[in-house]
Amino acid sequence: MLRSLLEHLAPALSRRLSLFAAGTLLVAQMAAPAHAELTIEITGAGANRIPVAIADFSGEAGVARALTTVVRGDLERSGMFRLVDPGAARLDENSAPAWGDWRSKGADALAAGSIASTGDGRLEARFRVHDINRQSALGGAAYVTSTPTLRLAGHRIADFIYEKLTGEPGVFSTKIAYVVKGAGRYELHVADADGQNAQAALISREPIISPAWSPDGTRLAYVSFENKKPVIFVHSLASGRRVAVANFRGSNSAPAWSPDGRRLAVVLTKDGGSQLFLINADGSGVQRLATSSGIDTEPCFSPDGASIYFTSDRGGSAQIYRIPAAGGSAERVSFEGSYNVSPRVSPDGRSLAFISRRDGAFRLALMDLASRQVQLLSDSQKDESPSFAPNGRMILIATEVGGRGVLSAVSTDGRIRQRLSIPAGNVREPAWGPFLK
Amino acid sequence: MNRSQFRMAALSAALLSALLAGCGSTQVGPEQGGAPVETRSADVAPVVAGGAQGTMLPAVLTDPKSILSKRSVYFDYDSFEVKGEFKDLVAAHAKFLADNRQFKILIQGNTDERGSREYNLALGQKRADALKKMLVLLGAREDQIESVSLGEEKPKSEGHDESSWAQNRRADILYSGEF
Repeated sequence: MLRSLLEHLAPALSRRLSLFAAGTLLVAQMAAPAHAELTIEITGAGANRIPVAIADFSGEAGVARALTTVVRGDLERSGMFRLVDPGAARLDENSAPAWGDWRSKGADALAAGSIASTGDGRLEARFRVHDINRQSALGGAAYVTSTPTLRLAGHRIADFIYEKLTGEPGVFSTKIAYVVKGAGRYELHVADADGQNAQAALISREPIISPAWSPDGTRLAYVSFENKKPVIFVHSLASGRRVAVANFRGSNSAPAWSPDGRRLAVVLTKDGGSQLFLINADGSGVQRLATSSGIDTEPCFSPDGASIYFTSDRGGSAQIYRIPAAGGSAERVSFEGSYNVSPRVSPDGRSLAFISRRDGAFRLALMDLASRQVQLLSDSQKDESPSFAPNGRMILIATEVGGRGVLSAVSTDGRIRQRLSIPAGNVREPAWGPFLK
Repeated sequence: MNRSQFRMAALSAALLSALLAGCGSTQVGPEQGGAPVETRSADVAPVVAGGAQGTMLPAVLTDPKSILSKRSVYFDYDSFEVKGEFKDLVAAHAKFLADNRQFKILIQGNTDERGSREYNLALGQKRADALKKMLVLLGAREDQIESVSLGEEKPKSEGHDESSWAQNRRADILYSGEF
């Protein structure tokens, strides 16, 4: 399906892709980014998937088909919907649905729309979503787009449908970042949430770890080893401008953005041991956050910015603690087992994803912060680096399948599972970006 | 990649990002009834990171017959203790640093692959710090030594068994010019 979508992309996008390829050839061999794209495989779906029919968008066949394919693919891969075959019905946003027909096909909802040229080279996609059982329109919208941004228009439409039918915002139009390890090279990629449209933001011979999105989605903080030691950079994606915001004597790692995007919690060893500090996003204003005789690392702000969760061995084993972002005393949060690391707070602040070692296996776990109840969400061996989708529904992790690094997205109820992989490639260190503003 | 190749690559990367910026500049503005799909049209400018170059070191540091050519100290699982078998090696480097104050070293701590990357980075730091502490005790000056960690990121052995992991629980000494 992904391949057929590519074949249907209109000429302007192909031209852009070939320009990208031509540009790449000018760069020394080292700089040629791997063009392998992530493919998504569904390995588990929700229990009560909503049956929804997406009629073929009307309009010029190639563009309309490409748009319809993106919308259907998004909804289906989410694991929340079951696609009902719309048959040969010719509909657009102005059509009155034949309610009885759609009900007999088993659809609870129907979306129909059109895509048309605006006459100045741009395209306008219009659509409407209907509730079949209530025989009423749930809403509709129109998006101005263009051939190169057609997929994004499809993701926006899928987000709209998702929100109307589930009551929570969709994340199809968000981005993910991850690191691809090749032979002696590391690439930091940014792609659409469905793994398509991958672009290399950084190419290096040395490792890159711990990418973290700025809350506005324009920058990534990460740790690069290009100077033979870990240094924290903040990288503006559109310009490629990079600033080493923490390059102190010793190691500099584990950047975490404050929710207002003005500060970073980081781990520095400049004063001895791996310890938590706060710095401004430009690297100024270094301030110690906590003091321990052991390891403090992997800070993560709560969504309200008031607390910082982190991993520490101060109690004798690696456990998760919480400290006020203004400093103060730390409170232990995790208790079961001897190795609980990599805390990530959900967007609503109510739960905590982390990695827990159980019988020698590293597994994704989710804690309800009010009850402290822990649920294991995976049965794999080597889970790492959890990252919440901005709507809190899915958690993206790195794991291993057949000795290869892949990404896996798991719903917070554990039912929906997707695997994102690159053929014959190693993918790791995922970070799910924020909602588009 | 030598310096001029690197400059060439950087130039080409800049050219590439200019190309990308150019063809990504399709503006989508609001229009009758339609909201723009994307204002932050997310073209990403690729950057190529550089690296340090090696220089010549005195033979005593590189001659395989010299103990100073041995640069690695291995650790037990979950341990940060420099074992007795490495005492002569550490003492030799401490003496060299004490006798050659112009030399500086970088100690890179490493771990096996099990567990969180960031937590392993902190564990590797503990190994580097333990080696640094011993070198200072034996006569090196604190400001001659920077201890850092590579965590699990640069394994010497890529295997997934105990013999590989043992190779990777390690701290390496690099002299000025090697980092």
